[in-house]
Amino acid sequence: MWVLLVVLVVAGLWMIGAYNGLISLKNQTVNAFKQIDVQLKRRHDLIPNLVNAVKGAMDFERSTLEAVIQARNQAVKVNASGPEAMKQISQAENALSGALSRMLVTVERYPQLKATGNIGQLQEELSSTENRIAFARQLYNDTATQYNTKQQQFPTTLVAGLAHASPTDLWEIEDQAERAVPQVDLSRR
Amino acid sequence: MIGFVLFFAWLGFGADIIWALEGQHPFPWLGIAVTGLAIILARYIYKTGPEKVLWATGAQELVTPQTDSERQFANVVDEMAIAAGVARPRTWIIPDDDPNAFATGHDPSDSHVAVTRGLLRLCTRDELQAVIAHELGHVKNLDVRLMTTLAALVGAILLVREGVGRMMRAGSFPVRGGGGGGGAGRGKSKNAGPLLAILLALWVISWLVAPLVSQLLTLAVSRRREYLADAMSAQFTRNPLALASALEKIETAAAPTAAIKRGCAHLCIVDPLGHRLTNREGWLADRFATHPPMSMRISRLKGMGYAQLKKEGGSFTSSALA
Repeated sequence: MWVLLVVLVVAGLWMIGAYNGLISLKNQTVNAFKQIDVQLKRRHDLIPNLVNAVKGAMDFERSTLEAVIQARNQAVKVNASGPEAMKQISQAENALSGALSRMLVTVERYPQLKATGNIGQLQEELSSTENRIAFARQLYNDTATQYNTKQQQFPTTLVAGLAHASPTDLWEIEDQAERAVPQVDLSRR
Repeated sequence: MIGFVLFFAWLGFGADIIWALEGQHPFPWLGIAVTGLAIILARYIYKTGPEKVLWATGAQELVTPQTDSERQFANVVDEMAIAAGVARPRTWIIPDDDPNAFATGHDPSDSHVAVTRGLLRLCTRDELQAVIAHELGHVKNLDVRLMTTLAALVGAILLVREGVGRMMRAGSFPVRGGGGGGGAGRGKSKNAGPLLAILLALWVISWLVAPLVSQLLTLAVSRRREYLADAMSAQFTRNPLALASALEKIETAAAPTAAIKRGCAHLCIVDPLGHRLTNREGWLADRFATHPPMSMRISRLKGMGYAQLKKEGGSFTSSALA
């Protein structure tokens, strides 16, 4: 009788712990996903300023700059929700990343632009922006993996239904070009 | 923290018990007073610890970055805060040419990261990132609270012991206070002879070894946590080799960091005192160094780096190892 009671209490306590653990991980995952949005928004806001900063000296590279602006506007417009959201967002953002890196390569070809000193700042801002997005995705993927693993592992999987836990998607690279090994320029440290 | 208060309670009430066994002693006011003092002291230390540490190193807060390297530092801190999933720490710069860095604060939502100018000048962006990630690893593990508080507590224990020792020598602390008691008190004292002796010995020993033990504790905790923070840095940046090369650079430049005093040594990424102890292994170094041997840290990080390269199927190239 007593043994049964103790077993029940222990099982109940464990269930509470496992349930709360899952809920906490679930919310962390949602939060990490929103963090990616925050960083993407920051990039969208930053791009017009960046383009303005180099516009004067790069007047005859209009096509490159316009490609950046266009990709940016495209990315801002994506307002999907649901399971397709992640795919659409990442496609638009990858296009923007491509346009930005092309712009950076073009900037390298203008020594007078480099000489003004602004360009160091520009490069720093750009690489920081890209890093922020990459790290936000990394955090999301790490948290989501932890969440997915937890809800599928044996004892916790028993309460997964109770906590309405379901596996979430990880953020993947859609663009085949981004999968390729990047070209590294060793001239700049 | 609780241990600190309990320790003081033991010292205070222990004195009361000894006193009571010696003769009549109506009320344990000494124990209450000492415990109360310890609680107030602990609370004060906890509240002002990070400020004290930053003030002691002469760090200046970086609010609006002016130069390129300051801007890079601010950006890197932003990035690593995102990677670690913590609130952005406040950034401080120490005007010192020797490369070093430390973190302090109470919890992940209220933390500070400080680096020296030397570090900003010496490290590449990737290396700076790895160093900041190491510090944020400390923040995320709540090491900062523990280490900052420990730093202050060790100091407080030393201070209090000194003060009480002076009082004892001056004779105002009645260790043998039962002289004026009646026959009853004397009889009690005789009965409690062995117990009294043991208690008294224990009590005196605790006074004597307290600072040493607390210091050793700090060190033991600190060394394990350095390895952990190194691993967290690798997790955040996915680039353990960057931290390895940063540590190598800092190590070769290791002159003592003048701005960082002894009490804060265990907060830093490398031992700022330029102790050769950090470079050795063995029993003595294992117990008394604030940081694990640099060669061990670097080789562990390189091990992580190679494992990562192997997993990704990349081939070893000289650029990856450099």
